[in-house]
Amino acid sequence: MKNWLDRYWNGRSAVIGAPYLWLLVFFLLPFLILIKYSVSEMDAVRPKDLLHFKDGLLQLTIKLSNYVFITQDDLYFKTYLASLKYAAATTFFCLLIGYPFAYFMARARSTVQPALLMLVMLPFWTSFLLRVYAWKGLLSTNGWVADLIIGSGLDQVLAALGVITAPGKLMNTPFSLVLGMTYTYLPFMILPLYGNLSKMDLRLLEAAQDLGATPWTAFWTVTVPLSKAGIIAGSMLVFIPCVGEYVIPELLGGPETLMTGRVMWDELFSNNDWPLASTLAVVMILLIIVPLALFNKYQAESQERRK
Amino acid sequence: MKPAQAFGRSWLGAGFVFLYLPIVALVLYSFNDSPIPNVWRGFTLKWYVALASDQEMLSGFWISLKIAFFTACGSVVLGTMAAFTLVKYRRFRGRTLFAGMINAPLVMPEVVVGLSLLLMLVTVQRAFGYPEKGQLTIWFGHMLIGIAYATVVIQARLQDMNPQLEEAAMDLGAKPSQVFWLVTLPLIGQSLASAWLLTFTLSLDDVVLSAFLNGPGATTMPLVIFSRARLGLNPSVNAVATLIVFVVAIGVVVASYLIARSERRRQQEMAAAFRS
Repeated sequence: MKNWLDRYWNGRSAVIGAPYLWLLVFFLLPFLILIKYSVSEMDAVRPKDLLHFKDGLLQLTIKLSNYVFITQDDLYFKTYLASLKYAAATTFFCLLIGYPFAYFMARARSTVQPALLMLVMLPFWTSFLLRVYAWKGLLSTNGWVADLIIGSGLDQVLAALGVITAPGKLMNTPFSLVLGMTYTYLPFMILPLYGNLSKMDLRLLEAAQDLGATPWTAFWTVTVPLSKAGIIAGSMLVFIPCVGEYVIPELLGGPETLMTGRVMWDELFSNNDWPLASTLAVVMILLIIVPLALFNKYQAESQERRK
Repeated sequence: MKPAQAFGRSWLGAGFVFLYLPIVALVLYSFNDSPIPNVWRGFTLKWYVALASDQEMLSGFWISLKIAFFTACGSVVLGTMAAFTLVKYRRFRGRTLFAGMINAPLVMPEVVVGLSLLLMLVTVQRAFGYPEKGQLTIWFGHMLIGIAYATVVIQARLQDMNPQLEEAAMDLGAKPSQVFWLVTLPLIGQSLASAWLLTFTLSLDDVVLSAFLNGPGATTMPLVIFSRARLGLNPSVNAVATLIVFVVAIGVVVASYLIARSERRRQQEMAAAFRS
């Protein structure tokens, strides 16, 4: 007994064990319970056990009807599609704004770079909820941005594109939703890109120029391919949380911008349909598992390179 | 100035306007005398005065502060252990699972984390009659996210650290615990401070997990703000926002100044040690 204790109960296993146990109890176990709920039959308020022992028979009951239901019901299918669409649009705009931003930041004088970095981080430290709420003010009637867009006639263009329902009404539309998500997640795009671009060896660009490339060609054939890891990391950091976003669609979205996070929320809190909410959550995970794996792969690779 | 440079500067400028415009608008309209949002009628401090007697918001603030404090402390302790495990112990059974579980909460949608914790809570409650939904359960939820972020921050610092410093201490006869307290901890202290601040703000800001896990007597400040913001524009929210913006801005500036100063001092000491 003493020997066993000596072998296993030392500082090392305590250091590994404490966070390990915590994660098993508060991450893995809840996740398994979630999966169990999604395939359980409800017994008034609680789910029935999956395993029954009756008349000498051990029975395993797995109820798949929730999964069948959400693939056949048009509403849920559309919701998932919309979530993916808005997340993709947000990622696109974050990249469009964020890449040049990170690029110019990385090429700024090295003395001002820490200050610029600090300025990008600072909004991230102030409440995300309040910054989303602020857009509500900016985009509703008489708000600064609303006045600017309507005054310049841009709302006609947006309405023609179908991202707002009618000229003059900007709030609670796909436009306000994607704008809010782009705003919120922009630092998540800028920071990994900046980390990547600021470490780039500038002599490679000089070499490209010596070999006759214009700055524009050098940018597309040298800088962009070299920053691939940053682009993927940033895009995943934006795309994945956007798919399951709840707060922004609730505050800035409208009736036609149903996203899966919101639908799941309603199933749980308004309809009290826990198994269906669990099924929606499991399917949400399945949707993001590919980008998640991609992110982990690149994350692991960049960590290997650091060593 | 070359055109490319001018373009770069204006892009950065426009980006910063985009990032800061909502914050400026929030602060400005918190001093608006008009009860109608977005219509400026003159300067007032009445929303701040009203805030002082806003019991719902005040009690939410204290609850949030308490949960955030314990989340930050707990996350830094467990996060340090987890970061240590990932960096120093390259080989042990279940390492892949461990690394996966640490990283997953960073990218997992919060609604999924919240729902699964809620389901577990209900299951445990039915079996043991404990714990009730409340501040403790919110803390459990925040800890999960907090540990993940703290680990990432501390892990990055541990990886950059020169292992020879620890080896030297061991060669000089220090016990592993002494090496940790006297050498490793001072070296990673700065990252512990940033991890603490980061998890503190994350917890202070969280809506989704708190909404799943809250119970009677555990309405945090973001939940109060969220329920008001859902209904429309509300000047009391602007006033709270302004206070938070100022506290955070001052806090971050002071903290980064202190961190930079201690870093400089440490480097000077190192340089002096190597010279002599």
